Amino acid sequence: MSEALLNFILNAIPVGITLLLGALGEIIVEKAGHLNLGIPGIMCMGGAGSCVALQMMAGSKLHPVLIVLIATIVCFLVGTLMGLLYSFLTVSLRANQNVTGLVMTTFGVSMTNYVVTYVSWEKCQYALPYFRYPFGGSIWQYCGWMVAFAILLTLLVSFVLKKTRVGLHLRAVGENPGAADAVGIKVTLYKYLATCIGCGISALGGLYYIMVYVGSQEAYKSIEPMGWLAVALVIFALWRPVLALVGGLLFGIFFVANSYLPTLFGWHLGLEMTYLLKMLPYVFTILVLVIISIRNKKENQPPAGLGVPYFREER
Amino acid sequence: MSKVKSKVKSEAREKKKSAHEPLFHVAKRDRIPFWKSILIRFGAVLLAIAVCILFALIFADVSPDMLIKSMVDGTFGTERRQWLTAEALARLLGIALALTPAFVMRFWNIGGEGQVLMGALASVTCVIYFGGKVSEPVLLLMMLAAALLAGALWGFIPSFFKALWNSNETLFTLMMNYVAIQLIEFMLVFWNPKHPNMDPLPHGHLNLFPSVEHYGDELTMIVIIFAVALLMFIYLRYSKHGYEISVVGESENTARYVGISVKKVTMRTMALSGLLCGLVGFLIVAVFDNSVSTETAGGLGFTAIMVSWMAKFNPLVMIGTAGIVAFLDKGAACLNTNLGSVQIDNFLTRSMGENAPTGIPTDLPNILVAIILFFIVGCEFFINYQLKFRKFEFGSKKTERKEEAK
Repeated sequence: MSEALLNFILNAIPVGITLLLGALGEIIVEKAGHLNLGIPGIMCMGGAGSCVALQMMAGSKLHPVLIVLIATIVCFLVGTLMGLLYSFLTVSLRANQNVTGLVMTTFGVSMTNYVVTYVSWEKCQYALPYFRYPFGGSIWQYCGWMVAFAILLTLLVSFVLKKTRVGLHLRAVGENPGAADAVGIKVTLYKYLATCIGCGISALGGLYYIMVYVGSQEAYKSIEPMGWLAVALVIFALWRPVLALVGGLLFGIFFVANSYLPTLFGWHLGLEMTYLLKMLPYVFTILVLVIISIRNKKENQPPAGLGVPYFREER
Repeated sequence: MSKVKSKVKSEAREKKKSAHEPLFHVAKRDRIPFWKSILIRFGAVLLAIAVCILFALIFADVSPDMLIKSMVDGTFGTERRQWLTAEALARLLGIALALTPAFVMRFWNIGGEGQVLMGALASVTCVIYFGGKVSEPVLLLMMLAAALLAGALWGFIPSFFKALWNSNETLFTLMMNYVAIQLIEFMLVFWNPKHPNMDPLPHGHLNLFPSVEHYGDELTMIVIIFAVALLMFIYLRYSKHGYEISVVGESENTARYVGISVKKVTMRTMALSGLLCGLVGFLIVAVFDNSVSTETAGGLGFTAIMVSWMAKFNPLVMIGTAGIVAFLDKGAACLNTNLGSVQIDNFLTRSMGENAPTGIPTDLPNILVAIILFFIVGCEFFINYQLKFRKFEFGSKKTERKEEAK
């Protein structure tokens, strides 16, 4: 394998993993019947939250493992809190999911920009090698423990959704909350838990993007587009975690392709082609959306209860 | 007999006690008096303002009177600010109006951003290729036609697939936004690889009121958008199309039963929605920017969804809701200029040490807007539903009545 190809793939992976984490969380939320358009905001908030935690721990004598663990947990909790707010509004107060999600994004993105003004990157930089462990500094630096963690998490979520009773119940809640309620599944509890956990996982995507892939202050501004791509990836992957892994890598390849095509194949494309290549993930997502609706196969459809608030007395 | 009765009664009471009855339950309201719904919304906004004041006090060291003074000053302080606020209102209102027919049909068009951008891109394309070659009025007409077509196309595509194969329109229109954004980036580099940030173009400027000093551009925008608002109100309320849209929105089955072609209405309405977005795109380009960038719509396509939704899809009420958001936006933006050099003391700056920046980050306004929107979104619940609290004597009274009937 030539070095250029390896470099190309190694740069596509981090984009893919960022999208994977974001999409994985969104899959869980959507499986519970909630279309959360707040994912971009949540990913931003996750990244910002962990940076604040890292800044506060700067200079302390804590063990690196502990530092990483605390930052990750803080990131997850920030996501969970956002999820709690979202589920309170959409599950308990039955607010419109699209509107709530968009407000979440506005809130998350602006809150992140606000918080980040008070984060000095010099004070967070010390943690970069910890998050890139064990490959810090080499060309493999983006493929540290977090990638393995993300892949394991994907397999775990896939297993839980497909093979366990909890997963079955969750899918039932998303497909037909009325029926799920009738057989005694606690619909509200499932919706809350799925949203909170899902948002927590999405937030980790922001952490990965900042601390592993970009590793600079500028990262915050580019998380939001990543979040929307993650929402696209959920559809592209047909609501399946393992397909999200494959799709994420594919999206990553499109995302970085233009920088590598000249060295790989000797194609010299104009700068404008970068944008056409970046458009491809969205176009493919639209194509997938159209194809699944034309083929109309049951197992490939969005959860039937997606976007519909559930009110017990309205049956 | 009476002994048996009392025994039954106590048993019933016992049962009631052992069965778990929640403290309150949620019931749907049939109808709510208008004044009551206004009162609930007003209360929510007041509560939201209180939270905003607290937030500003804790995170940014802004005192409440400073906050309110800056807000009012930023919106109405000078003549120029008044015009700018009115223009911001019109811009937001225009997009919200465009989205409204789709929303009434329960078609979630969150692609307003993309449709506006496509309208803007089409207008600019006309200026680039025909600017200076044809007379200004002809050029403006060409721009308008191109913008309307491009916007309508961007709205029509998702509705076509929705109508024929029931594709999920929320996700489809969302994706179309980003296709449009990337298309603009592509075109900008395509036109000028060395300088992708487009300078204002010399041709294709629209000003209907050249006699008005300084604010002719703003007035043009405001007049056109308010005319659209009035027309949209009439269209939705009194036209056959408007009636069909609301029937399809209420129940597709009913629509089919009375002989309305749901497919036709879906596609026609979305084309109209996109067309109006295209119109706003054209206005932004022709009246103000004379250029295009990915920030031309500036996220208003998303904010407009909330504006339209808050107004319950009523075009005239929308003037008010757009006004609220414009007020918040312009008012809070003024905070930054007023409080430029204040040293802020909170846990974030403390952990930063000496390098902490002064002043208020530019994103405070958006946070405040989001907080207020959270409350407005949440308060709808209390308009559509009511909480019924547990009544302690409820169970026994019911059994008594039953027995009396016996």
